[in-house]
Amino acid sequence: MANGRTQTPPETPASTGAAPAGAAARSGAPAEPRFETMSGIPLKAVYTEADRRADLQERLGEPGAFPYTRALFPEGYRTRLWTMRQFAGFGSADDTNQRFHYLLGQGVTGLSTAFDMPTLMGYDADHPMSLGEVGREGVAISTLEDMETLFRGIPLDKVTTSMTINAPAIVLLAMYVAVGEKQGLKPSQLGGTIQADMLKEFIAQKEWICPPRPHVKICVDMIEWCAANMPKWNSISISGYHIREAGATAAQELAFTLADGIGYVEECVKRGMDVDDFAPRLSFFWDVHNDFFEEIAKFRAARRIWATTMRDRFGAKNPRSWMLRTHAQTAGVSLTAQQPLNNVARVAIQALAAVLGGTQSLHTNSMDETLALPTEEAVTVALRTQQILAYETGVANVVDPFGGSYFMEALTDTMEAEALATIKRIDEMGGIIAAVERGYPQKEIADSAYRFQQQVERGERVIVGVNKFASDADELSIPVLKIDPDIERRQSERVKSVKATRDAARHAAAMKALRDACMSDKNLVPFVLDAVRAHATLGEISDLFREAYGVYREPAVF
Amino acid sequence: MARKIRVLVGKAGLDGHDRGAKVVASAMRDAGFEVIYTGLHQTPEMIVQAALQEDVDVVALSILSGAHMTLFPRVWQLMRDRGLNDVLLTGGGIISKEDMEALRKLGVGDLFGPGTPTGAIIDYVRGWVAANRAGKVGSASGTGRRA
Repeated sequence: MANGRTQTPPETPASTGAAPAGAAARSGAPAEPRFETMSGIPLKAVYTEADRRADLQERLGEPGAFPYTRALFPEGYRTRLWTMRQFAGFGSADDTNQRFHYLLGQGVTGLSTAFDMPTLMGYDADHPMSLGEVGREGVAISTLEDMETLFRGIPLDKVTTSMTINAPAIVLLAMYVAVGEKQGLKPSQLGGTIQADMLKEFIAQKEWICPPRPHVKICVDMIEWCAANMPKWNSISISGYHIREAGATAAQELAFTLADGIGYVEECVKRGMDVDDFAPRLSFFWDVHNDFFEEIAKFRAARRIWATTMRDRFGAKNPRSWMLRTHAQTAGVSLTAQQPLNNVARVAIQALAAVLGGTQSLHTNSMDETLALPTEEAVTVALRTQQILAYETGVANVVDPFGGSYFMEALTDTMEAEALATIKRIDEMGGIIAAVERGYPQKEIADSAYRFQQQVERGERVIVGVNKFASDADELSIPVLKIDPDIERRQSERVKSVKATRDAARHAAAMKALRDACMSDKNLVPFVLDAVRAHATLGEISDLFREAYGVYREPAVF
Repeated sequence: MARKIRVLVGKAGLDGHDRGAKVVASAMRDAGFEVIYTGLHQTPEMIVQAALQEDVDVVALSILSGAHMTLFPRVWQLMRDRGLNDVLLTGGGIISKEDMEALRKLGVGDLFGPGTPTGAIIDYVRGWVAANRAGKVGSASGTGRRA
């Protein structure tokens, strides 16, 4: 694949921009301008009838029919608009509950929870490793009491909730079910999504408790339990987002994410589950970066690959098993700290690509997220961007408007072919778990990230306001969210108080049952649910996993 | 021939965002530095211990989790306690200008935010180490403060 990915012809460095660092590389004759997507797919100036494949119609299908290249539903967004789901979480459960109510008042149609680092890593707020991290990057949840506060006043049978949690996901799932019980609801009445995608944690996001195989086993426990008990719940959100943010190209994001999906399906089938019993509740999550057409092609290629894989490789018979339903988020990594108002434009363009790609649900980032967690004002502009797309632009009126475009179909085909080649390579390594254990996707992504940075520094890739059209003037400062510094102390006290007041005998019995279950191959969900009902904390349950399965330390390579 | 510049690139705390740390580590390696990368989820104690054992000129921390106002001061204090007085403590991440200024007053060196060219970090480190070896700076901030 080509290294240089000049999207615009090189020209003399802009007077206002930083000079390209690699001036020496341009000595001699000026390089031919190259036109490529961000993934490095070469582009022609124009696409014509000659680029159209003879079997196009078969590869497209009708909207709402196999292989779903065009859309999952015959009438697209006319049947149902995408869910506007803004990811939120900071400080205490109380702080975030207030933000949830604010967002619902502003017209979001689904909630999405961001947890803080200790919660993501399975530590209570009072653990020494949590020092300085409590409530900083999301909401701090250590106990069932915190979870009740988080969803206070929110009817869990009416509002769907997504939870971005992975390593201790089974604990948060159990807490959510337990909060539902307190609202008088059965698990079957709860709708939403738990991310619970550990493969992409080892590949990209790097939040884990145990080594890969026990974590994947617990993911499969959740898929199995949800298939039997929570028909409205997405038991996993197989995520490309973090893979992309860590440096992958769109083509790599597509390939590694679908390979992860294949990995989970294989593990479920190995356990003896019927593919049509769980596959309809598998969901996906894409990043949406700046390369407009490539992003749209990615969504279309993903649907086609998944439908074909599920039907032909896994023998799924239920059309719902073939349908790749997805959430999308605009690319945090594309935002700039310099000239932050420009981010509003980036987010709008990325959101448009997600909608034209046919996403089922969307988060739009706030302009200030390279500086801190977003303020209420910034979040509102991000949500309004989606509302403008939905209600002012008319883009939701017609299904897959790029369908049949010479260019879009060629790009969709190329993305598909690249992803399938990578998936084949992973299959040859023995599957995605083996590939992750040998660090293959991790290394590919780190290499892409470094290559991208070098291109930026050589001026081959333009970032407006950073390496071109930079401003010497003092940066416009925008308000930044401040986290209450006292949160750590207060949260630690809440944990201690729960531990001091719970029924100790009931807690001990539930923990012992869970410990025994960890040593067996039983499904852990019922045991974690009992432990949570007995007020076991997130940290205590995660400690049991550490004890049973060991801790994971990644080889430090770069 | 002068000793190569030795840099410890560290990820402190629970933060898993390692794209920046790896990119900076790769750029420093390509610039001729000897780079030791700690890997993820290190405590301040582990980082300072590694800095001591590896005899580095520079400790560069990457923190994108918002814990910088806790972790930088702790690493800074442990470096004083262990006698690492002529080692630069620098780093980067999602850190507001206000917080960068507060850390600078403590004695931490320059901190770098999103969009910084790796060349700027390399130039800064090279300049600091040259001045330090020539005996021109006494602490990480280059203000001559000694703990």
